Amino acid sequence: MPLLEVEDLRTYYITRAGPVRAVDGISFFVEKGEVFGLAGESGCGKTTAGLSILRLLPRYGKIVDGKIIFDGVNILELSEHEFRRRYRWKRISMVFQGAMNALNPVFRVGDQIAEAIMLHENVTKEEAMERVRELFEKVGIEPSRVTNYPHEFSGGMKQRAMIALALACNPELVIADEPTTALDVVIQGQILDLMKKLRDEFNLSVILITHDLSVIAEMCDRVAIMYAGKLVECADVRTVFKEPAHPYTQGLISAIPSITGPKTKLRSIPGVPPDLLNPPKGCRFHPRCPYATSRCREEEPAYVEISSGHWVACHAVT
Amino acid sequence: MRWWAVLKPLVRVIDLRKWFPVRMGFLASLLRKEPIWVKAVDGVTFDIYKGEVLCLVGESGCGKTTTGRTILRLIEPTGGQVFFKDVNVFELDKEELRKLRQKMQMIFQDPYESLNPRMTVFDIVAEPLRVHGLAEGEELTDRVIRALENAELKPPEAFLTRYPHELSGGQRQRVGIARALVLNPEFIVADEPVSMIDVSLRAGILNLMMDLKERFGLTYLFITHDIAQARYIGDRMAVMYLGKIVELGPIEDVIKEPLHPYTKALISNVPVPDPDAKRQRIYLRGEVPTPINPPPGCRFHPRCPWAKPICREKEPQLVEIRPGRLVACHLVA
Repeated sequence: MPLLEVEDLRTYYITRAGPVRAVDGISFFVEKGEVFGLAGESGCGKTTAGLSILRLLPRYGKIVDGKIIFDGVNILELSEHEFRRRYRWKRISMVFQGAMNALNPVFRVGDQIAEAIMLHENVTKEEAMERVRELFEKVGIEPSRVTNYPHEFSGGMKQRAMIALALACNPELVIADEPTTALDVVIQGQILDLMKKLRDEFNLSVILITHDLSVIAEMCDRVAIMYAGKLVECADVRTVFKEPAHPYTQGLISAIPSITGPKTKLRSIPGVPPDLLNPPKGCRFHPRCPYATSRCREEEPAYVEISSGHWVACHAVT
Repeated sequence: MRWWAVLKPLVRVIDLRKWFPVRMGFLASLLRKEPIWVKAVDGVTFDIYKGEVLCLVGESGCGKTTTGRTILRLIEPTGGQVFFKDVNVFELDKEELRKLRQKMQMIFQDPYESLNPRMTVFDIVAEPLRVHGLAEGEELTDRVIRALENAELKPPEAFLTRYPHELSGGQRQRVGIARALVLNPEFIVADEPVSMIDVSLRAGILNLMMDLKERFGLTYLFITHDIAQARYIGDRMAVMYLGKIVELGPIEDVIKEPLHPYTKALISNVPVPDPDAKRQRIYLRGEVPTPINPPPGCRFHPRCPWAKPICREKEPQLVEIRPGRLVACHLVA
């Protein structure tokens, strides 16, 4: 049984202009010990999907339908109290986007992480601080620096501290939302290697949310491609990069340059992503799709498994 | 002999320096005699040949944007010289500089901040023509429409009365390109022109820039942190670290065989969109130090895995170690 199963999840933002369908019926699963990529462009709903799993949506964000089954329990049926006490941060945690800047500048970094541990576990301050030192060691920060303030840390160290914070209560699943986007490439490499190492050491499951397909290719076992609130394709990372089936996935892959391989002409995808207040009828990608037919304009394609472990939502493929 | 050896450079940058003073408190300024400087660009020399795309690559804070802006004199230099053809850009007075600006334009990083939200697309693109007094009336409209057309905003008439907030990021950047093009420049500094744009639309902007280069015989200084992008659009690449150029050469050669230890590390860490790629990352100690008091000797030595005693003492010069390949490293030279 997978560690996490998301079934037909729908998360809408209620606005005065109507519901924004940020996540509109997505299904996927994450196995124990795997790095699962959730890739897509800005505004496709990938961050909202991550926040939904932790039930950390802003007030106007509502999970209107679907199931999120974590270790056999539908966590959407739990009370907030129950979820907070037993799941959030203890079993599922998150490295937030721009997390480097989420540290409170007037408190010591170590104290901020110890606080999270003490909130969730019945330990003394000393025990919590000892744990923070161990965590620092694991993420590659000198343990003596627990008494530093955030401004004494470099960008890469802050990001390591945020990973330590996510690992503070030994979770089984970590959702990492653009964990390296603000970092320079040399530091990015080190953080990615760190995440792989931690995955191997603790048999951790990771959901890696990013717009950067190169990072996906380096990090993930399986990947789902998201477009306008829906998943368009999901498979193991090799299949997605070598034999992409959905025209959007194909478009994305031929739109990114690489430092290896022959230099080929890049193609951009015409048009722009749709407004999720009024998503297009039929397949949401049809206004930008080179293969769109009248059926695509009318009928929404089903998300089906075309071969073992390879799901696609496209009329042209299924 | 390679092509760049026989060509005359369009732009020559010689020992360019830009230091920013660090603001001090009143007391500190009384006690301390010498001001403290951030040496953002500290002795940078390179040529840009007509018709080429020279990419200036480096991590955040290395001085690449400051270099681009100082070349155009959008900020005043601390020292050094820049020649555009035979004109010394830094010796021009205000009026002469204004005239030269027609030939040297810039495309900015953030199309959300570099377009005035209160101006229509027409006014944004027409402004350079008005400032330079080059066209009015019907001719003005014609030239604006042609520039929009060249930037592939189709049909151009539909964009004239629109405001930036009505446009997507990609369309906004095309307006920025049209504004740079409308004066028929010869040289364009493009500062991270696609980093704020959605992945699916980036290729379109890069392809457009390459087409325009061919059609109008443009020369670019393309500033980016993304080496894959540099490889796609560029001919040669200059790698900057802490205000200095550490390596310069044809992009393919530099990627295949980087010579400077920093370039080696940088390239080994670039993620590759291929799950089968097996790559060995080079780790660097620490992070980029502050340019306020850069390390003595080679600025990279505190992080260099191969540093020798000489690297701590003597600053390496950027020298041509084989045709077209310039490196500033004691271990290579």
